[in-house]
Amino acid sequence: MFHAFTILVGVLMIYPILWTFASSLKPESEIFRNAENLIPSSYHWENYVNGWRGFGTTGFNIFFRNSFFLTILVVAGTIFSSALVSFGFARRKFWLHGFLFGCMMITLMLPAQVTLIPQYILYQQLGWVNTYLPLIVPAFIGGNPFFIFLMVQFIRGLPRELDESAVIDGCSAFGVFLKIILPLCLPALVTVAIFTFYWTWNDFLGPLVYLNNPDMQTVSLALRLFSDPSSVTQWGQMFAMSTLSLLPMLLVFLFFQRYLVEGIATTGIKG
Amino acid sequence: MSNPAKTAVVRQPDPAVTAAGKRMTSLKSNLIGYAFISPWLIGFLVFIIGPMIASAYLSLTHYDMLTAAKWAGFGNYAKLFGEDDRFYTALKVTFIFAVISVPLKLAFALIIATMFNGKHRGIGIYRTVYYIPSIVGGSVAIAVMWKQLFGDEGAVNGILQLFGVQGTNWVTNPDTALSTLILLVIWQFGSPMLIFLAGLKQIPGEIYEAAIVDGANRFQKYARITLPLLTPVIFFNLVMQMIDAFMAFTQSFLVTAGGPLDRTLFYAVYLYQTAFGHFEMGYASAMAWVLLFIVAAVTLLFFRSASTWVHYESEGGR
Repeated sequence: MFHAFTILVGVLMIYPILWTFASSLKPESEIFRNAENLIPSSYHWENYVNGWRGFGTTGFNIFFRNSFFLTILVVAGTIFSSALVSFGFARRKFWLHGFLFGCMMITLMLPAQVTLIPQYILYQQLGWVNTYLPLIVPAFIGGNPFFIFLMVQFIRGLPRELDESAVIDGCSAFGVFLKIILPLCLPALVTVAIFTFYWTWNDFLGPLVYLNNPDMQTVSLALRLFSDPSSVTQWGQMFAMSTLSLLPMLLVFLFFQRYLVEGIATTGIKG
Repeated sequence: MSNPAKTAVVRQPDPAVTAAGKRMTSLKSNLIGYAFISPWLIGFLVFIIGPMIASAYLSLTHYDMLTAAKWAGFGNYAKLFGEDDRFYTALKVTFIFAVISVPLKLAFALIIATMFNGKHRGIGIYRTVYYIPSIVGGSVAIAVMWKQLFGDEGAVNGILQLFGVQGTNWVTNPDTALSTLILLVIWQFGSPMLIFLAGLKQIPGEIYEAAIVDGANRFQKYARITLPLLTPVIFFNLVMQMIDAFMAFTQSFLVTAGGPLDRTLFYAVYLYQTAFGHFEMGYASAMAWVLLFIVAAVTLLFFRSASTWVHYESEGGR
């Protein structure tokens, strides 16, 4: 009973993803005839080759390069800021400590739409629209309150005696952070890195608002061009590039599954 | 690591430390603290507080980014509540979406998590398979795929045809468009499922043993012990998913583009159209503030109601 039910639901869960993959290999004429079939009559790997060429002069090599560039910098920035800030909140005492921590927790619930428009105007005045700066700089200053909270919880779980003995041995506050706490935070940092990777890789609204130049666009934006009514849609190519865009996420998931599941289970972060 | 002799030396009160010296160390300690949190603090002031003040001001003006902002008083709000039918449509659509998708998603997550809490072979694989949609679900690839999956000649209609059912274009049919988006969200029940699973594992086994001794059956055990102990987790999931639902954008924007006939016009999509389609920044800011108030009100309502149904007993819950 248990297995019959879970396998049935499991097939339903995974079917849309398998269908994307199957459609990426089908001949154009077959994608929407007997569409439910997961096995192509013949394998058309050229969908990948042709799709890779992209649109106009911009190929998917550019889109993937942009996505990786953006994602790596955002991940680096988020790790940098959330590690520093969480150490400050978890281990240091300062004026307005509780108040500021409360402010941070409230911003967790703040709809992004409220700050989107003034932020856009701000970046416009700074001349940052059509650069990666509006997407990268906030990661370095500010980071994500969700991750700061996750790491504060993690650091609070580390024994304080470690800090104290390091101080006695002549470590400065920054030394304690760098030499004692940071190495112990590695599992939490991996969790932060993975989630940041997912959210940045999948981000659509940010690039949509800030990146207009075709050769600056990310994979997310490029995929949308396939379904643009003004272009003749090549479905096979669309599914091929969709599959490729999912691949990095699935690979990261397979390699770091443990960190993901733990991150979700301990903090309730959304996947 | 710690050297007892050294500790003793350091811990001894130093008579040379004067009040002024203490103040100096406290100032220094404060500065160190602020140095650590400065990335967040600067970001908070520049990207959150500043923009919120600007947004509040903009919501009282007409501003198209080309000419200077013109003072409008509460004109935007008056127009929003008084004349704008699409605003009410967007509110209605977003509420329906949230009220249907969130409970269904959480119910699914809870049922599956309960099933996975037992001892069965291959649970790890099932859990992985069920969680994958949550990971990829937010991506553009999935959105464009969903549009085709539920399209005229998509796989869903293909499967229905096997059972002799004639499908429709689920995405462009005004009666079914919103349902396909709700389905897309429910499909991603993996992360609340993992949170529930973690919550279930924290319930100590002894409690059940006592109940078995008292002659409780499986259903009673679940309704009287498991569910009450899980309410903090349910509450947490409910609040977070609700907020997410009110801010949902990508699904509607990519799969249905707010159509057909505005039947899937999510609030965030209407806001985006107003701001970046028509460049009515003042009006869109007013919309953003209305959204903020709604989210705040709903969240507050949840927290108020928590005392009546959320069961805080152990330290484990949140």
